[in-house]
Amino acid sequence: MIEIKQLHKYFGALHVLQGIDLNVSKGEVLSIIGSSGSGKSTLLYCINGLEEIQQGQVVVDGTPVHDRKTDINKLRQRLGMVFQQWNSFPHLTALENVALAPKIVKKVSRDQAKSIAEKQLKHVGLGDKLDVYPSALSGGQQQRLAIARALAMEPEYMLFDEATSALDPELVGEVLDTMRLLAEEGMTMICVTHEMGFARDVSDRVAYFHQGVMEEVGPPEQIFGAPQSVHTQKFLANVR
Amino acid sequence: MSTSASFFSDFQITDLLFLGEAAGRTLGISAVSITIGTVLGCVFGWALQESKWLAQVTIGTILDVFRSVPLIIQLILFYNFFPIIGWKMGPFAAGAFVLSIYTAALVANVVRGGIDAVGDPMRRAARSLGMSYWHDLRYVVWPIGLRAVFPSWVGVALSVIKDSALVSVLGYLELLRASQILITRTQEPFIILACAGAFYFALSYPLSKYSKKLEEGWAS
Ligand SMILES: Nc1ncnc2c1ncn2[C@@H]1O[C@H](COP(=O)(O)OP(=O)(O)O)[C@@H](O)[C@H]1O
Ligand SMILES: [Mg+2]
Repeated sequence: MIEIKQLHKYFGALHVLQGIDLNVSKGEVLSIIGSSGSGKSTLLYCINGLEEIQQGQVVVDGTPVHDRKTDINKLRQRLGMVFQQWNSFPHLTALENVALAPKIVKKVSRDQAKSIAEKQLKHVGLGDKLDVYPSALSGGQQQRLAIARALAMEPEYMLFDEATSALDPELVGEVLDTMRLLAEEGMTMICVTHEMGFARDVSDRVAYFHQGVMEEVGPPEQIFGAPQSVHTQKFLANVR
Repeated sequence: MSTSASFFSDFQITDLLFLGEAAGRTLGISAVSITIGTVLGCVFGWALQESKWLAQVTIGTILDVFRSVPLIIQLILFYNFFPIIGWKMGPFAAGAFVLSIYTAALVANVVRGGIDAVGDPMRRAARSLGMSYWHDLRYVVWPIGLRAVFPSWVGVALSVIKDSALVSVLGYLELLRASQILITRTQEPFIILACAGAFYFALSYPLSKYSKKLEEGWAS
């Protein structure tokens, strides 16, 4: 379980997260929507310790993320993350991209890393691209490669930060399908997204962020059918 | 032609050997300086890039000085300065010292560019996989940054080989110095300088050829 308690985050004087309280339980899919600059990415970075926090707590499976005594590299193995930019390692083949972290972080054998990588690349539909360099892959394929790379660490949770925002429209579908597949397999997921269809169909809950505050959270039927907050109503009126 | 002993004499085949030996010294001092300078430059460049202001005011300022003062002035200054503080340094040691720092100053800039080229998003992605800071440096920043700035580094290395000619002002018997001696004796500057030029080319060409091949290998 991911527990976020009274989380405050500042960038200098900018109060980017203003007391977030949120729990995500095992097996749940949570989508986070909201306009740009509302602090959605920052929240994900706070969850896996890529950003420091100024107040409050983030606890993953009982381990406080920002505690000095926490082995953050070990904890991050539980939290896969996929970014808006796919960040494939350009000097490595698809297979090597996925095998690298298991090999050097988990120190599994070369053969084992290879078979993990093969398995995950097949999982995301790139079984025929094992020896291809990222430069020869489309954006959608590179994003699925990034998903496979994260999955290779066998995380308990997956964090998606606008995984489809940088893609050409015709490539969005294949990445969303992969995310759907993971959701169906029972992966716990937090998805920052602008894909309202995905948020409505796949999520167990949807959270709406507005200027560093979680305005509203609830089942998709509530958020999309009968939003309580004026801000949510306004936001949804605009994206439709 | 007179048979009597003369101060001047023609260019002989043994002079080529003399030049060849001197080319060996040019290669030696260049190789030492490029190696030491590259190692130091990597450390300096990394420090400058990763620990912004403290390194900036210390290492950054020092390297700026070395980058902007003409090499020939640095050579003469240090060569005359070392004995004052009680270090006995021959022309090779003093020359290699100055050339190394000079190389380090240039390489540090190249290294910063390399780390920059990798970019924060890429490094965050690496860290999000559970890689430590050192994993990230070793397996992500190094290979990606190296490919990005390798041509610049080769450029630095090639210019250091040429700039090593300046160590001749300290009396170090490298290619240029040897050429000057031969020119004085034979009064045949054209043929001797052409030979010296050919030797410089022979030293540089393998490096640029080899690096091209490396780059082609990376590109595929
Ligand atoms: N590294 C940073 N330094 C300073 N300000 C930042 C940094 N990252 C994000 N911000 C600011 O924090 C706010 C929230 O950013 P972000 O979490 O990226 O929003 P979102 O993902 O919802 O678009 C924005 O105003 C942004 O400009
Ligand atoms: Mg964002």
